[in-house]
Amino acid sequence: MARELLKGNEAIAEAAIRAGLDAYFGYPITPQTELLEYLARRMPALGRAFVQAESEVSAINMVYGAACAGKRAMTSSSGPGISLMQEGLSYIAGAELPAVVVDVMRGGPGLGNIAACQSDYFQVTRSAGHGDFRPLTLAPATIQEAIDLTGLAFDMAERYRMLVILLIDGNLGQMMEPAELPPFRQMSSTMPEWAVSGAEGRPHRIITSLYLQPEALEQHNLKLQKKLAVIAEREQRFAGLYLEDADLIVVAFGSAARVAQNAVEAARARGMAVGLFRPITLSPFPVRALERLTPRARAFLVVEMNAGQMVEDVRLAVAGRAPVRFYGRLGGVEMLPDEVVQAIEQAMRDTRVTRNGARMLEEEAQR
Amino acid sequence: MMAEQPVYERPVGLTTAYTHYCPGCTHGIAHRLTAEVLEELGILGRTIGVASVGCSVFAYNYIACDFVGAAHGRAPAVATGLKRVLPDRIIFTYQGDGDLASIGLGEVLHAAARGEQITVIFINNAIYGMTGGQMAPTSPAGMVTTSSPLGRDPQQMGYPVRVCELIAQMDGAAYVARRSLHNPAEIRRAKKALRAAFECQIAGRGFALVELLSTCPTNWGMTPVDALQWVEERMIPVFPLGEFKNVS
Repeated sequence: MARELLKGNEAIAEAAIRAGLDAYFGYPITPQTELLEYLARRMPALGRAFVQAESEVSAINMVYGAACAGKRAMTSSSGPGISLMQEGLSYIAGAELPAVVVDVMRGGPGLGNIAACQSDYFQVTRSAGHGDFRPLTLAPATIQEAIDLTGLAFDMAERYRMLVILLIDGNLGQMMEPAELPPFRQMSSTMPEWAVSGAEGRPHRIITSLYLQPEALEQHNLKLQKKLAVIAEREQRFAGLYLEDADLIVVAFGSAARVAQNAVEAARARGMAVGLFRPITLSPFPVRALERLTPRARAFLVVEMNAGQMVEDVRLAVAGRAPVRFYGRLGGVEMLPDEVVQAIEQAMRDTRVTRNGARMLEEEAQR
Repeated sequence: MMAEQPVYERPVGLTTAYTHYCPGCTHGIAHRLTAEVLEELGILGRTIGVASVGCSVFAYNYIACDFVGAAHGRAPAVATGLKRVLPDRIIFTYQGDGDLASIGLGEVLHAAARGEQITVIFINNAIYGMTGGQMAPTSPAGMVTTSSPLGRDPQQMGYPVRVCELIAQMDGAAYVARRSLHNPAEIRRAKKALRAAFECQIAGRGFALVELLSTCPTNWGMTPVDALQWVEERMIPVFPLGEFKNVS
């Protein structure tokens, strides 16, 4: 396969098709609508299911239905639509169904705006619905990574019978860059042993999230938590840059990590011992790697396109062993690398623990 | 000696579980009719039911086919997802009036508008049963419930929703009928309607809905016999019985 110029939303849609997407159900909302439009053309042509639902509430429940049949089902939306889907997301989690949801974040709260933003980190990673659960959340930073993680999302959803959310923002959804699509997967036609298909020749099956007895529901919840613990053990993913000798580590995900990377490169060019830590799984958060880096790193700077959400996970992982600073832009305002460089300098001054960085800044000040 | 000839057996479509329904509730009759129709049409083994939220939430424990439980009001959307990926299976929902006519009105109307090849069994007993007797979208004017303690006042609380009349004007709806479970003659007609609704799906003619006027003696505060009388006197005038649509 050759590299081609691809738009984020369409690349994810095509990657899902090639990963064996059986059914897509969606509702228009900017900045994800191209995903729906692309699949409206492609899915029927491939003889696969596509429905434009009457609401996000219905779309996620159609996903629930198709997932009950053991099929690869997906929907996509943005913050206001994800809010409406939360009921269904919770039922999918409770019934242990595999499903993939693409969330192309925009500015909030309320109707907010349609600019790229990372304001829904809490909404997605903390539970994504009522009840005691967390979905698996993947956060690509390039269109190539979005393609790769789309395939992984379906595999993980199926392996763990889990809700997997692919979390991007409007930048990644709308931008174009060169990327390579994978070949079509050969899908197995056998139904999973838990799926409903009609009870001919076997006892009838029931898929539900209802456990009226508290003891039974506790057991069910313990099972879900055990699964999350296994996932946390196996699936923590991150990418790093200059981490080996970094005194200050910038932590950022998604498109904010691309801006942060530019800033880190610029600071490095000036001789500062700065590194970049980019979580790829937001849930489970890559705490093990951060814990390993903490004795070496003297300070952290979290950079997000929100008022400070992932910073809480970084603080939990760092656990007070190093100062954790935050820089963010809100409401869909794009941050520039220069701002992040300034935030890096500020964090170095404030924390007074970055030897070469602080020295270098002093020298610069003296000139 | 002639061998014993049982004339009244448990349909294979019903499990042996005792139901949790109150004495005099007609859910049991609706379950049995559904099970009999699935068995008689020979489709029990390729049918998937979608249970809803309300008293019938445990329908999956009583009707012996594959079942999934849906969120409140969302059963037609869940059924859509199932039918679109399993077009050769028979998919039906079983929903009450709070579920279908209040919180799930959007889902059922749009499933009908799309002409989804599913069968909807709609139990209308004019009240929220499971939560203890609140006003339903189908409560007739004047009906006393725990949330309309002085009786449903249409000026304040609106008018009952007539679901069959709404659904019948959707182009995607192929079979729409309202029947009642308050006497044996009507029960026989109800079974015919259920059969027609499943046949509609088997033939791929479109969306099918059967509304069944039902009783809730516990929350109506009546004896089972009085409740049957109440269906005839208070419900049927508001919800006239009949076949509203039958596209052949």
